[in-house]
Amino acid sequence: MSTQNEMTYAQAIKEAMCEEMRRDENVFLMGEDIGVYRGAFGVTQDMYKEFGTERVIDTPISEAAFVGCGIGAAVEGMRPIVEIMFSDFMSVCWDMILNQAPKMHFMFGGKVSVPLVIRTASGCGTGAAAQHSQSLEAMLCHIPGLKVVVPSTPFDAKGLLKSAIRDNNPVVFLEQKLLYRTKGMVPDREYLIPLGKADTKRIGTDCTIVTYGRMTQLSLKAAETLSNEGISCEIIDLRTLLPLDRMAVLESVKKTKHLLIVHEAVKTGGLGGEIAAEVAESDAFYYLDAPIKRLAAEDVPVPFSAVLEKGVLPDEEKIASAVREVVG
Amino acid sequence: MNTARKNMDETISRKLLKNMLLCRKFEENVQYYFSLGMIHGTCHLGIGEEATAAGTCGALLPDDDMFATHRGHNAAICKGIDINHMMAEIFGKSTGVCKGHGGSMHIADKDVGILGANGIVGPSLALACGAAFAHKRRNEKCVALAFFGDGATNEGIFHESMNLASVWGLPVLFICTNNTYGMSTHISKVMKDTNLIDRAVPYKMKSAEVDGNDALLVYNTVKEARSYAIENSEPVFIVEDTYRISGHSKSDANLYRTKEEISEWKKKDPILNLEKQMLEAGLCSTEEIRQLEAEAADTVKAAVAYAIESPYPKVEDIYEDVYAE
Repeated sequence: MSTQNEMTYAQAIKEAMCEEMRRDENVFLMGEDIGVYRGAFGVTQDMYKEFGTERVIDTPISEAAFVGCGIGAAVEGMRPIVEIMFSDFMSVCWDMILNQAPKMHFMFGGKVSVPLVIRTASGCGTGAAAQHSQSLEAMLCHIPGLKVVVPSTPFDAKGLLKSAIRDNNPVVFLEQKLLYRTKGMVPDREYLIPLGKADTKRIGTDCTIVTYGRMTQLSLKAAETLSNEGISCEIIDLRTLLPLDRMAVLESVKKTKHLLIVHEAVKTGGLGGEIAAEVAESDAFYYLDAPIKRLAAEDVPVPFSAVLEKGVLPDEEKIASAVREVVG
Repeated sequence: MNTARKNMDETISRKLLKNMLLCRKFEENVQYYFSLGMIHGTCHLGIGEEATAAGTCGALLPDDDMFATHRGHNAAICKGIDINHMMAEIFGKSTGVCKGHGGSMHIADKDVGILGANGIVGPSLALACGAAFAHKRRNEKCVALAFFGDGATNEGIFHESMNLASVWGLPVLFICTNNTYGMSTHISKVMKDTNLIDRAVPYKMKSAEVDGNDALLVYNTVKEARSYAIENSEPVFIVEDTYRISGHSKSDANLYRTKEEISEWKKKDPILNLEKQMLEAGLCSTEEIRQLEAEAADTVKAAVAYAIESPYPKVEDIYEDVYAE
C-alpha cells in the first residue's frame, strides 16, 4: 500500500533532485550558494552532505559561465541541474538560454542533445522589487527548443522535476517563490508527471480558468467563493507552458463556453494572449458565449511598497470578479 | 610555457600541409560558389589563418572536444570532418552534416568531437568548460578546446570562463586566434593593453604565445599544452598570432585596412611558410607539393559535386530536430 507524506513545495523539489541523483550518477547540481548556505530559498538544504561538494557545487557569481558549463557538460553526456538564484538573473546568461542550449540539437542536425535543467525562482510577493520579482516565462516560451515548466503544488513539482531531469532537452523549471513553503501530499512511491500535459485542478461547468503556478492556488480559492454564488469554475493548470497542452484548453472551453486566463506575469506579450489566440483560431471559438478575458499583472515593473506590489497583482478577489464579469 | 622548436617530423609536417591545402581549396571553392549565388546566406572565411586550425586541431585526439568560432571551416576540416557532408551543409542540402539546419556558421559533428561553430562571440569558452568538466568527472584523458578571436577577450564570458576553468581546474585549452581585427575594428582601438597573453595572468593560468602562421610551432605548442592540461588538470591559454587575408564576411569592402598591409601578410602565408620549411629540411620536393595541391583540389572538387547533386531538405520535416526524443 502506498502512503503519502505531507511536505512543502521546496522539500518536494529537493526530493526529486535527490532521487534522481541517487538513480543516475550523471546528475549533478550547480549554482550560487547551494551548498552549506542551502540556496537562497533553502531548497538544497543538506544535499551536499549526502552527495558531496563534487556533485552539489557552489559556483562563482558567473551565471553565463556556469550555465554555459552546464550546457557543455550536458552535450558531453551529463545531466546537470543548474540553479539560477532568481529568474531575473537569466538576463546575465541570456545568450546561453536563447542562443546556445535550445538551438544545438536543431542546428547540429539532431546529433547533439542538451539534457539540462535550469531551476530558478520566479514571481513576486516577497517585497524584493523590480529586479528580483519578475515572471519571465513568456520570453522563454518564444524560444523553440526549450521546455518551460511551472509547477503549482508539491506533488506536481516533484513529478515534473523528475521528468525534466530525465528529458533530453533543456528545460527551464520556474519555481514559485511564494509556494516554496506551501504544503501538500506527496506519495512515497516513485512517480513521474509527463511534460506537456495540463492538469484539471477543479472540474466545473460555467467558466474555464486557464492558469499556472501560484495563480492556480489563488484561482482554486476564488472558485470556492464563486461556488457559493452558484458559479462552477473549471481550473486548467497548464503545468508546462512550452510545449503548451492546447487540447486541454480547447476541450474545457468547449464545455464551459467561457474563458478567463490568469497569470502573474504582466499582461502585454504574456501567455494569456497566446492562449486566447489558440482559442480564437480553433473551433472552440464558436462555443464561446462571452469574450475571453485576461487577468494579469499591470504592465509596470514590480513595485517595492507592499501596497503597490499587492495592488498590481491578480489576487483571489480580482479573479472572482473577473469570472463574474465573464459569465455575466 | 616555453615551447622550443622541435625537430621537424615528416609525417606531422605532411599532415599539417595536407590539411592546410584542403582548407585553402575548400574555402576558395566556397568563395567561388558564393559569388555565383549558389551558396546563400553569409560565410566567414579564414584564408590566411589555416596554420592555427591545422596546428591546433592536429595536436588533438579524436576524443577531444573542439568548439569553434563563426570562422570555423578550417577548424572543422582539421578536426576530421567529412568534407563532402560539410560542403553539402554549406550548400544547404539534406546530406549536409547538420541536415542543412546550421550552415557555414554552425558546422558540427559530435562523432569527431566537433561541438559546433558558433554564431555568437565568446560562448565557446564556457561550453568547453562544461565538456572538460564531464571529461574530468569521468577520468577521461582528454581535453576540451575553445577557439575564439582577439575580439572575444573583451566579452564578459571570456573572463567568467577563464576564472571558472582556473578555479575548478578544468582541462580546457583556450585558443585565441589573434588576427588583430574584431570585424573591422583594430585591436589597438579597443584595448589599452594589446598584449593578449597577459589576460591569463589574473587567472594564474599557464599560457603561451606563438606565431600562428607557423603550423609546426602551433602544433608543438598545443601538443605540449594538451599534455600539461591533462596531467595537471588545468587550463592553458594560448595566443596564436595570425592574419585574416580574406574579408570578415561577404559585406567586407576592406575599407579599414590597406592593400599594403594585406600584401605584407600574404608574404607570411602559412602554407608557403610550411612548404618552405619542408623544402629546406628536405622533407619533400616541389613536385610532391604540387601533387598534394592537386589532391586537395580533387577532394574539394568531388565535395562540390556531391553537394550540388544532393537534394534539398524538405520543409515538411522541419519539426523533426527541434526537440530530442
